[in-house]
Amino acid sequence: MKDFFKKLPEQAVRVVVVFLVLAVVVFVIRQFIIPPEMKEPALQRASSEEREAAKEIHYAGAQSCVQCHDKEPEIKKSGYHRDLACESCHGAAQKHVDNPTDVKPTSPKKRDYCAYCHKYNFSRPTGFPQINPDMHNPRKPCISCHNPHNPKPPTTPRSCNACHAQIERAKAASYHALITCTVCHTAPEKHKISPRTVIPTKPDKREFCGKCHDKASPRKGVPTVDMATHGEKYVCWQCHYPHTLGGI
Amino acid sequence: MERRDFLKHLCWVITSGGILGGLSADAWAKMLNKDYDTTKHYYGMGIDIDKCIGCGRCMQACKTENDVPAVPFYFRTWVERYVIRTDRTVSVNTINMESDELGDVLAEKDVLRSFFVPKLCNQCDHPPCVQVCPVGATFKTDDGVILVDSKRCIGCRYCIQACPYGARYLHPKTRVADKCTFCYHRLVRGLLPVCVEVCPKQARIFGDMKSIASPLGRFTRMNKIHVLKPSLNTDPKVYYANLDGEVN
Amino acid sequence: METAQNFMELSKQVVGFIYPNEIDIQWSILIVVYPYITGLVAGAFILASLVKVFNVKELQPTYRLAMLTALAFMLIAPLPLQLHLGRPERSYEMFMTPNLTSAMAMFGFVYLWYLMLVLLLEIYFEYRRDMIVWSSESTGLKKWVLKILSLFSTDISEKAVAFDKKTVKIITIIGIPSAFLLHGYVGFIFGSIKANPWWSSVMMPVVFLFSAIVSGIAMVMLLYMIIKPLLGGKIDMKCLDKVASFLFYAVIVDFSIEVLDFIHRLYESEESIKILSQLVTTKLFISLVVLQILMGMLLPLAVMAVIKVFKLQEEVRKLLYFVCGLLIQLGIFSTRWNVVIGGQLFSKSFRGLTTYKMELMGMEGFLVALALLILPFVILSILIKLLPPWKKEELAGS
Ligand code: SF4
Ligand code: SF4
Repeated sequence: MKDFFKKLPEQAVRVVVVFLVLAVVVFVIRQFIIPPEMKEPALQRASSEEREAAKEIHYAGAQSCVQCHDKEPEIKKSGYHRDLACESCHGAAQKHVDNPTDVKPTSPKKRDYCAYCHKYNFSRPTGFPQINPDMHNPRKPCISCHNPHNPKPPTTPRSCNACHAQIERAKAASYHALITCTVCHTAPEKHKISPRTVIPTKPDKREFCGKCHDKASPRKGVPTVDMATHGEKYVCWQCHYPHTLGGI
Repeated sequence: MERRDFLKHLCWVITSGGILGGLSADAWAKMLNKDYDTTKHYYGMGIDIDKCIGCGRCMQACKTENDVPAVPFYFRTWVERYVIRTDRTVSVNTINMESDELGDVLAEKDVLRSFFVPKLCNQCDHPPCVQVCPVGATFKTDDGVILVDSKRCIGCRYCIQACPYGARYLHPKTRVADKCTFCYHRLVRGLLPVCVEVCPKQARIFGDMKSIASPLGRFTRMNKIHVLKPSLNTDPKVYYANLDGEVN
Repeated sequence: METAQNFMELSKQVVGFIYPNEIDIQWSILIVVYPYITGLVAGAFILASLVKVFNVKELQPTYRLAMLTALAFMLIAPLPLQLHLGRPERSYEMFMTPNLTSAMAMFGFVYLWYLMLVLLLEIYFEYRRDMIVWSSESTGLKKWVLKILSLFSTDISEKAVAFDKKTVKIITIIGIPSAFLLHGYVGFIFGSIKANPWWSSVMMPVVFLFSAIVSGIAMVMLLYMIIKPLLGGKIDMKCLDKVASFLFYAVIVDFSIEVLDFIHRLYESEESIKILSQLVTTKLFISLVVLQILMGMLLPLAVMAVIKVFKLQEEVRKLLYFVCGLLIQLGIFSTRWNVVIGGQLFSKSFRGLTTYKMELMGMEGFLVALALLILPFVILSILIKLLPPWKKEELAGS
């Protein structure tokens, strides 16, 4: 080893020494001077997780509400808003839980709050009750007719468009505008209470449409086809969408 | 002990007469969740497209719960609205609670189908964001949540580039990366993520994948499930039912 | 709230749909400057190694200049990275807990390796004898600076100098793959992001590498043409022609690789192709098609081809080389811009394009970027004062 160093020219030895010193300094700093919380990923993760877990909550969760309030949750239980959390409308309420007398949660009373969900929008799934705020009792607060904890229409919906506005609107612009829903669908009374479990009917026979659209039909001014050859085994609505213009 | 912790410590000593005095904020949090064992859980979320009504309650609650800047540009979760026209062109926008852009610009007859898509961090099982973080400030917890250590993140934003879903942003105040944490601070207290809590339609289903009998368990049993951008092999833990092929 | 207003403005220029968080462009002009600078380092070094390893005698006059250029740019390279961080004061974390799966975490190590083990060492051995001589000739501060730089070495015997020569050669041999690593790795930072189809490509490191070589050679050529006359020397035309012809071949290789990449993308025509072609034909049209390809590549190629075919006069040649060098710099800077900024202008939803508005003042603004581009030249001028690239005889003799 010594021989080897002797053989090296002096400048090389200098360079090697410089690098060795640097390496030792770095090693010492890293190993002995830097505290472990700065270089141990495991420690850092644990403390980061703890900090994350210790963050304050703002929304208390429905479980907290029912500990003091019983009337509203009881009413809500059987109504259409049964799945709605209290804080969906009343806003973040952890502060209220911490200090029930001084901090009160909000209670939206204006029409635009209800409109977040119930304003008509064709992207909303059909069957979801929607209204056009400009036409539906304009300016009247929603809560003067509907109890938000058990929102029932004051009377059972007269027409289907309370929930199926999208279909209704499309139909209004189509050739079928004058045909009412019940001509083709029978809706059991229970559909209005449990819309997803009790479902209205659809025409199940080709002959149903054939009453107007068959070649042999006596109706005038209606496009007709030869039902015997047209469309084979399919029921008409499997290809034609009867609610839109032209029924394509 | 850091100075801030020390001050907190001091407050505790004074206010609670020394009973809880020996604890720093972190230790306090730990005591709060002493039954919580990270290894016993593995979280995921289900989203049912057919149920979402695009009301934006989740976006709003998330901003409140997680101190996300209240301007319409930083989101931990957001809702996109898809409109597919009869000529197969697609337009998309992020719904905005403030403005009234939910209003309809299209005639119904031009719409082939339309729906809302809630988005958030997918808490990927193979998270590219974790892979690229140079300092290991973003990491996966034992219960499967991807967190950002806000004390160590250097704000290089490599993770934001690496996330295929646009789920991350640089927080304008702290200047570090921020994103959805599944409301980790709520999970450890046994509460639901706030978006799930306030969703009026139960379009979001949260659950523990280590337990079969959970709402998420049923959700993944009863639906055909799809995830976003499966070709990137990120293995998202946010599962969509009734997702349209146009969504990306 | 000022940012909110900015974003409002920006969102008016968004075409189609972008994810809401994408309105904030994350990597700004500084990250354009960063690969541009490291590219110059790698390129200048490759030119220098042509002399030492491949024994291209004609290039000897550029050797030391190339090494000093590489060093000057290398010293500035980490600055843009540092300055663009959200929390610059925490950058040391990268050495505390480097995440081994992160390409960016390796930056510190690749950088240190290249700076310490390649550039500094090679310059040390190359200049050692001269430093000793110069320090004995000068007085005051300069004497001591040179002494310290030479690590107080004194041996200028023939044997010692021969050892220096051999070591320089060995270091250069290690240096070539290191230079490839340095810049190929910068390409990998982008090329490994699978979420971004504009970046994600195996070709990325290769494209970066060859564009680096092009920009480095062109930069040394420009500097040689400016500095040598300034110091009172004459431009060695044989050397210049040789540099230019290496530049010519490098541009050809670079161009073919980029065309290959382009054709490959077009032919495979994956999901992202629609939005990427929209990007190229609208927001990137000027910087990609006009600046990068037409002005930065095809025009210099044509000019250099003309020089090669027709025997032009010395003065005309000089002028044309100079113009080519400038055009190439412009082109390569646009290349970096198109990669870094271009890759962030389209939404990862593939449904829309956004816009980057450069700040003028701020930390990540135009002025800082400009300062970072000027700084290396300041450093270079100091280095040249201290370690002249040409000896007096050389300046007078040629
Ligand atoms: S911004 Fe922060 S969390 Fe993201 S990669 Fe950089 S250091 Fe990691
Ligand atoms: S969605 Fe994005 S931020 Fe969330 S884990 Fe996946 S890559 Fe990371």
